Amino acid sequence: MSVLVFVEADNGAIKKSSFEAVTCGAKLGDVTAVAMGDINAGELEALGKYGAKKVLHAADSRLNDGVIAATALLVAEAAKKEGAQTVLMARSSLVDAVAARVAVKLNVPVASNVVELPDTSAGFKVKRGVFTGKAFAEVSIPGDSRVITLAKNAVAPEEVGGTAAVEAFEVNFSDADFGVKRTSVHKQEGDILLPEADLVVSAGRGLKGPENWGMIEELAKTLGAATACSKPVSDMDWRPHHEHVGQTGIKVSPNLYIAVGISGAIQHLAGVSSSRVIVAINKDPEAPFFKAADYGVVGDAFDVVPKLIEALKASN
Amino acid sequence: MKILVCISHVPDTTTKIKFTADNKLDTAGVQFIIGPYDDYALARAVEIAGETSGTVTVLNVGGADTEPTIRKALAIGADDAIRVDAEPVDAMFVAKQIVEVAKQENYDMILMGRESSDYNGGLVHGLVAEMLGMPSIAPCMKLDLNGNTATLSREIEGGKEELEVQLPFVAGCQEPIAEWKIPNMRGIMSARKKPLKVVPAVDTENVTSYDAFSLPPAKGDCKMVEPDNMTELVRLLKEEAKVI
Repeated sequence: MSVLVFVEADNGAIKKSSFEAVTCGAKLGDVTAVAMGDINAGELEALGKYGAKKVLHAADSRLNDGVIAATALLVAEAAKKEGAQTVLMARSSLVDAVAARVAVKLNVPVASNVVELPDTSAGFKVKRGVFTGKAFAEVSIPGDSRVITLAKNAVAPEEVGGTAAVEAFEVNFSDADFGVKRTSVHKQEGDILLPEADLVVSAGRGLKGPENWGMIEELAKTLGAATACSKPVSDMDWRPHHEHVGQTGIKVSPNLYIAVGISGAIQHLAGVSSSRVIVAINKDPEAPFFKAADYGVVGDAFDVVPKLIEALKASN
Repeated sequence: MKILVCISHVPDTTTKIKFTADNKLDTAGVQFIIGPYDDYALARAVEIAGETSGTVTVLNVGGADTEPTIRKALAIGADDAIRVDAEPVDAMFVAKQIVEVAKQENYDMILMGRESSDYNGGLVHGLVAEMLGMPSIAPCMKLDLNGNTATLSREIEGGKEELEVQLPFVAGCQEPIAEWKIPNMRGIMSARKKPLKVVPAVDTENVTSYDAFSLPPAKGDCKMVEPDNMTELVRLLKEEAKVI
């Protein structure tokens, strides 16, 4: 099977989720990766380690802005050039819309939020997360070609040690493909990005105010984790919206999610329930989070978190 | 300003999801609501229509059972509604139905949620935009108008970006684009009289098929650790869970 994987970069470095997509693609067939904008050359070559045989790189700097329509044209043209039967992408803030547009351009079916390696033993079947993490659906995708997007942690990245030839790739864009103009970008630099993080430390109203987030940040730094928060905390502007985890916020599926002072409302759990291991720290023994957690600590965050930081530092 | 808002009809967020023996969602006792992200799109559309003396048409693809949800959207402030009379099959099916309706009028904006909270595909806005040859923005968390130019912000990993686009366009919305609106009694009464047109679905191809549903495996008991023994929690995370 010929597989095209769209890979995304952040600050010139390819995202871990894209390596997951390349790994998934390599288990399905021969992978060509397509990348865009300014990316370190070493990063493009590194795709070979995860199974990509070839990398198409569109260096057009206009693609640095992640414009949905232009990105979709790039991916669709690459898929046509390679005769790709499966176009694979890791789900992100850009990819949902791009995948949809690519499917229309190629006139093929599309399925998103795929949570494990597709089953190709008879046709092409995928397992999708549905009902905001409360259930899964088995979906058959008819025909010879399709577009799918992968949920984070659907397939663990795996180095297989190959090399990839990097080729320049050009697409004839029209002005309409760049009809959406980016005028500014506001991004926290240097922090671990929440959607990409393997470890997440999250806190809620139990912290009593934004001035108390220092210990949460210290816990996150000690672990090498990203920080997150509950919806009320984001609504009160204690923390930025891009840290809000839950049904209407970001959905995360890290290896470890530590929830401090969050009661565990069903809307919050919907955003974190696919985490591999959950730790709940709450002074209320009846907090619903304890029913969803693997490990629980009943105690005051202001007492427990410093002790946890101390214990982590002592164990390093 | 003519705005089309596409809404989904989904189980309330607190619903415990179950499936019937014949592999369908068990709707017994389930309350259905406007998709939470769609609710944000609708709220902003109603505000913009108010600012521009515009109109909001709400569109749902669904059976007659979705009409209470559509009436709620009318009570919130939409002017009229269209129901495409069909059970949604998948994102491509829904998008084709929306496109067919959208082609009948020149909408300045087509707004919807970034994804539905039942099938969580996040695809419909992109599918509709591509089929109509329009630009699209998602996830859109701010939307303002200045004549024929819209300024928007889009959530990106670790932040946001500000964007400009000319009308018409499609946006998949999320908070904090607007505060959810709760219908008042006047809105509920007036919604009963607002037009709700039912149109047949168009034939489509390329559908995927949902063969089976399943629930995640049951969670084991939460292992409690004493608050004075964080060394033990660190040990468990290292040696038992192997996550740090």
